Amino acid sequence: MDNLNSYLFVSAVLFSLGLFGVITRRNGVAVLMGVELILNAANVNFLAFARFGGMNMAGHVYALFVIVLAAAEAAVALAIIINIFNNFKTINVDDVSELRQ
Amino acid sequence: MVDIVFWIIVGITIGSAFMVVQSKSLLYSAYALLFTFVGVTGLYVFLWADFLAVVQIVVYVGGILVLIIFGIMLTNKITSVNISHASVQKGIGGVVVLGIIGVLGYMVFITPWNQLAATEPEQTSATIGRLLMMDYLLPFEVASLLLLGALIAATTLSRKEN
Repeated sequence: MDNLNSYLFVSAVLFSLGLFGVITRRNGVAVLMGVELILNAANVNFLAFARFGGMNMAGHVYALFVIVLAAAEAAVALAIIINIFNNFKTINVDDVSELRQ
Repeated sequence: MVDIVFWIIVGITIGSAFMVVQSKSLLYSAYALLFTFVGVTGLYVFLWADFLAVVQIVVYVGGILVLIIFGIMLTNKITSVNISHASVQKGIGGVVVLGIIGVLGYMVFITPWNQLAATEPEQTSATIGRLLMMDYLLPFEVASLLLLGALIAATTLSRKEN
């Protein structure tokens, strides 16, 4: 727990699992969950470099901005998904490739 | 002892993240996401980021996860017991993702990272506040504009037209 590598590796695994969710899930909400995993992986990296790499408190500020962006992104994405569901009656991202109904 | 706790937290994080992308039921995925967020919070504590750990719990578990569960409930018929969601191309996706883990892990372990012997910060939240108000004032204001935009966009998008 006292070296940078273990944190970076955990973050890499988290990122890859999030990517797996994004590319294999077809449900819009599930894709959003994958994106959240990826953002969390990025945050772990920021804080790991903040502690071990000399980024110090700047890393904490960047992680804070990532959390703010994640919150805004989740709100807008869910509004879009609910809109898509009202229009298409499905949230399968493969079925909604058209801009009009 | 601390080592064991660290690896338990890593196990919870990775295991529940795997459940998130693997589970057949969307609601189980959402609950597993809760444990992933809590595990990541534990990692933050190990990284001396106590303020961000609290923010993570408040924003992710209290905000984003609730939003996601709302999204699941609103986009499925509540009477349908099995809120399932199919995955496609799991084989190819798994191979690609394993490759990415391999490349990233190899990169992490062969790179000679320049590690500094840092000392534990005395006060995190005060320093973060000072940085936000001095060095990062412009990004801070831009973030507030972005939040306002997201707020208006979300309400406009989800309002029923009549």
